[in-house]
Amino acid sequence: MVCKAEGARLVKRYDLIVIGAGPAGLSAAIEAAKCGMKVGVFDENARPGGQLFKQIHKFFGSKEHKAKIRGFQIGNELLEEAKELLVDVHLNTVVMGIYEPLRITVNEGDRISSYAADNIVIATGASENMVPYDGWTLPGVIGAGAAQTLMNLHGVLPGKRVLMVGSGNVGLVVSFQLLQAGCQVVAVIDAAPRIGGYGVHAAKVARTGVPFYLSHTIVRAEGDGKVEKVIIAQVDERWNVVPGTEKELEVDTICMAVGLSPMSQLARLAGCWMEDKGGLVPCCDEFGQTSVEGVFAAGDVAGIEEASSAMIGGRIAALGAARRSGFLTDAEVKEKYDHYAQSLDKLRRGMFSHENKGRTDLVQTDEGYPLSMSLLKKGYLDAEEVSQYPGVGTEKRIGIHPVIECTQNIPCNPCQDACHFGCIQVGDEITALPQVVLDSRCTNCGLCVASCSGQAIFLVDETSEPGFATITIPYEFLPLPQSGEKGMALDRSGKPICDAEVVRVKTSPAFDHTALLTMRVPQEMSGQARFFRRRDVVQ
Amino acid sequence: MRIAEHPIIESYQKGRKVTFTFDGKEMEGFEGEPIAVALRAAGVMIHRYTQKRHEPRGIFCAIGRCTDCVMVVDGRPNIRTCMTPLKEGMQVETQYGVQGGRGETGETI
Repeated sequence: MVCKAEGARLVKRYDLIVIGAGPAGLSAAIEAAKCGMKVGVFDENARPGGQLFKQIHKFFGSKEHKAKIRGFQIGNELLEEAKELLVDVHLNTVVMGIYEPLRITVNEGDRISSYAADNIVIATGASENMVPYDGWTLPGVIGAGAAQTLMNLHGVLPGKRVLMVGSGNVGLVVSFQLLQAGCQVVAVIDAAPRIGGYGVHAAKVARTGVPFYLSHTIVRAEGDGKVEKVIIAQVDERWNVVPGTEKELEVDTICMAVGLSPMSQLARLAGCWMEDKGGLVPCCDEFGQTSVEGVFAAGDVAGIEEASSAMIGGRIAALGAARRSGFLTDAEVKEKYDHYAQSLDKLRRGMFSHENKGRTDLVQTDEGYPLSMSLLKKGYLDAEEVSQYPGVGTEKRIGIHPVIECTQNIPCNPCQDACHFGCIQVGDEITALPQVVLDSRCTNCGLCVASCSGQAIFLVDETSEPGFATITIPYEFLPLPQSGEKGMALDRSGKPICDAEVVRVKTSPAFDHTALLTMRVPQEMSGQARFFRRRDVVQ
Repeated sequence: MRIAEHPIIESYQKGRKVTFTFDGKEMEGFEGEPIAVALRAAGVMIHRYTQKRHEPRGIFCAIGRCTDCVMVVDGRPNIRTCMTPLKEGMQVETQYGVQGGRGETGETI
């Protein structure tokens, strides 16, 4: 380490200091406190939870990863647990530096003081990347995180007509949240030739009618004192704008979701050896311990992933600290570590795992099903190709049955647990594509539809009434349509294809705010109708 | 514009309704919410003008990192409005340059 802390008043000593009260930090604090350690968490924000309270979608993973629970509810659970375990949480407190020997200097209000510990976990998260273009500093150009902060934390619309730049999971998830808040998403664009995030996230945006422009970039934003329009254009393989492909879109907001960078400044300040893993991160051992003995890193600051793996990373770092300070025996550490490492490994598999990131040569799933190029380029599955996947199938079914349009290997299996009648099978490998079991009997309970974090499950009945079919879709928008209401059915691309009548709208605490809307459409549309648009909605 | 009802979020944690001024004009917001949120709800987009090129800036990151949203609050310049809680009677002003006052950049905009 490089500096010594002198002068600042030493307020307290902890067994473990955690910097950052997000998913990784809170999880580290909870795990350490459970081992009997006295823990202090420091966060510069007025509220704890990091970005978790802005995540209003259901999480992926399996039960052990808190799948199908919405991010902010997970945040509440973590806070409750930390409180019960008597973890000290210091809010509005900026950690200014880590000094020898394992001390931090903090700015609380107008006071500078110092805290000491036997171990420190750095869990400071990440900040958003940006790309500059003409007009990028105009008011109205915001980070995707800013949009989430405004609408999900504070209940204010970031704008009315929004362009989303970036088709990774952040861009896709925030686009859907913008629609839920009541904004119009004019388009999602990405300079890459393939959609970067989960296909299911793209599909739920596309089916509402939002167009995707891949291999497109922003040329410039224009407006008098604020964004009024944006010019986008196609790019070639070398990212150069193809002349003549410019399109002008009328928007008041441009939302940037172009990646995250670890906020690892404190690790550098502490003298940790750093490496470049898509941003500078401290070199860590399997417990997240850096090159500075007693200083650990967990969550995005140790490498950009997502909240579920950050939570496990935090727990593993706490085990490292507990072992170092003698709060756990080697045998206890090994048992817990193996459990968490296994759980983490499950999340890190599949098409979007670290080693597959950015690959454009993938053409089939682990099982050998062809990947949908339509999904990767346009955001929705082509009607012709859906039946080849094991969640859909070509078999003609009598009566109601689930149709699962989940076609990429992502770590997620709540659908399997949701069905008590064995209709859905994922198996032990949680990245496997869900399979609809043919000789099973669906009871129309709807739990699979509501449990699917990707909103990719529909209940279809082609035999309820001659000439008609009913389709049950997950619906998370307001106002909720009423039974008997007439509107349009949209296909996967968001194109209106036929009249539709709402048969019923089911809500239940068990569905956790996902309403199940059943619509009646002409029978020949049963394979295409995937969204309902109310009459008074213009898009 | 404020979101009247949301399909997932049942309620937003808000303090009592308070009044404050933006460049002398009276406005309403909720106590404790970031100043920037109250301004965006009222349709204010421009928080400041830059020192050299007098370009407008507004909310950008909304989490206290970028400092694009700084304004003059109760006479103090460079206050991050996305992080600073709104209080009754606050005087919020557009910031010109880095010190605050309109005369500071040597130009009227």
